[in-house]
Amino acid sequence: MLIGKDIGIVRDGKQVLDSIELTMAHGQMVGVLGPNGAGKSTLLAALCGELAPTRGQVFLDDIPLDQWRGPERARRLAVLPQSSTLSFAFKVEEVVAMGRLPHESGQQRDAEIIQHAFEAADAMHLLGRSYLTLSGGERQRVHLARALAQVWPGEEGQVLLLDEPTSALDPLHQHTTLLAVRAFADRGGAVMVILHDLNLAARYCDRLLLLSQGLAYVSGTPQQVLTPDALMSVFGLDVLVQPHPERGHPLVITR
Amino acid sequence: MRLDLAPKTLFITLGFACLLAIWLSLALGPVSLPMMDTLRAVLHLVGVPMAEDNLQQAELIVGQIRLPRTLLGLAVGAVLALSGVAMQGLFRNPLADPGLVGVSSGAALGAAVAIVAGASLGGLPEPFQPYLLSICAFAGGLGVTAIVYRLGRRDGHTSVSTMLLAGVAMTALAGSIIGLFAYLADDASLRTLTFWNLGTLNGASYARLWPLLLVCAAVILWLPRRAKALNALLLGESEARHLGIEVERLKRELILCIALGVGAAVAAAGLIGFIGLIVPHLVRLLTGPDHRIVLPASALAGASLLLFADIFARLVMAPAELPIGIVTVFIGAPFFLFLLVRGRA
Repeated sequence: MLIGKDIGIVRDGKQVLDSIELTMAHGQMVGVLGPNGAGKSTLLAALCGELAPTRGQVFLDDIPLDQWRGPERARRLAVLPQSSTLSFAFKVEEVVAMGRLPHESGQQRDAEIIQHAFEAADAMHLLGRSYLTLSGGERQRVHLARALAQVWPGEEGQVLLLDEPTSALDPLHQHTTLLAVRAFADRGGAVMVILHDLNLAARYCDRLLLLSQGLAYVSGTPQQVLTPDALMSVFGLDVLVQPHPERGHPLVITR
Repeated sequence: MRLDLAPKTLFITLGFACLLAIWLSLALGPVSLPMMDTLRAVLHLVGVPMAEDNLQQAELIVGQIRLPRTLLGLAVGAVLALSGVAMQGLFRNPLADPGLVGVSSGAALGAAVAIVAGASLGGLPEPFQPYLLSICAFAGGLGVTAIVYRLGRRDGHTSVSTMLLAGVAMTALAGSIIGLFAYLADDASLRTLTFWNLGTLNGASYARLWPLLLVCAAVILWLPRRAKALNALLLGESEARHLGIEVERLKRELILCIALGVGAAVAAAGLIGFIGLIVPHLVRLLTGPDHRIVLPASALAGASLLLFADIFARLVMAPAELPIGIVTVFIGAPFFLFLLVRGRA
């Protein structure tokens, strides 16, 4: 379980985040929404220890995040960044295998896990390819497989943070990616995912946090968060919200 | 592009290349020795009993001149190549050169001070006098790297891009001071300075060899232990941190390795360009970027390549000798351009 308590971040004298409370419980998928510059990626950086909060604290299993030793923390907490700048000709499977670096689970177990992670990220067909020859979306899926391999299978106590994992993906793979992340949560892992697509967030997340100018505008279930009023005042977007005809979750339709 | 040579094939090939380079380096020169005599002389030198027919001359040439020179070449080549790997990992750029953090230009500056102003300094105690040039070069390399590293630090983080720019500026600054010393120098020291800047393995002696061998051994033993961490660093600094790597410490260790390694190599043999840039790149083309293989393979390849370049430098204008730096840059620079152009295609 990863908990952010009263997170405030000041950068260059400007309050980028203020009083954010966020709990990532096992089995749950929390979506973070908000316009560009609302502080979503800053929040993720604070939650993974990349950025020390000016105020408040982050706890992984009731222990402050900065008290965890590097490899121990890495076995529990994986991060999928928005984009990576790898300019060396690693093979796809070598990139994914790096996810097993903090573990000492042995070659055989590692190979099994890497195989599972490849399948989950729908990247099997990329095996043997050089990372540098992949498209942006294919790279994103390889990094998803790497992050999944790092915290496979996603037991209680394992956390996955994802920064716009679907930004470069075609419509089908937006769903396969979030399905893989959903499966990770269903196995007991805890997830936080930054998304821009409101309907994807409504469909896959248990809880949502809507950020506006560094503040939590509203948080709760998708039904509670995705209201025409909230979306109007945060995004300035005029929308209709109706229940999905088959699945029941809110469906956001722009007017 | 990568050829995906199996590691075993690669190491066997490089091992043979290295042995061949050592053998040729011992056998060839102004006085060419029969290949078998060279082998027997070496064996005799290390204590294997041999029939003593006509071995004295071979033993003298091999033992006093060519063996220290060969060892110097091996160590300088290995250390420059390893520093190149470390540098390219640190900058996460396959075309980075170990000279980027200013270590080579700092060493050159130290050498210029020693060559031009050494006599007037004259402060070293008698036993250290012959080492004045090496000590100044080594100190200059470490000093400039330390300044560049300090300039790159901010808020407890080391910014490698700031270091890169600081390295460029410090290299230019060192260059202008070297220019000043060259302007002030008399003809004899100007000639020494010029030749030193071109690099040479000439005049190797066991006495000058051992400090370099120590540094070389330390770098060869230590860097491969960080091979996996270097792999992770190539993903990005945050990514490496998320994988549990202590990135700041790793960066410090890499910079120290580069400063010590290149500093010692330049102090012992002058400026020898492009080995640190080309060798890791070639090895990655052969086998991929996994540092667990790239590090030891680069050490072997760098040592062999430098010896071959030295053999060429010795023979091409024999009995005169070309500075080895001319040879490595003459081969290395076009190869670098080829890589650039091919990478853009």
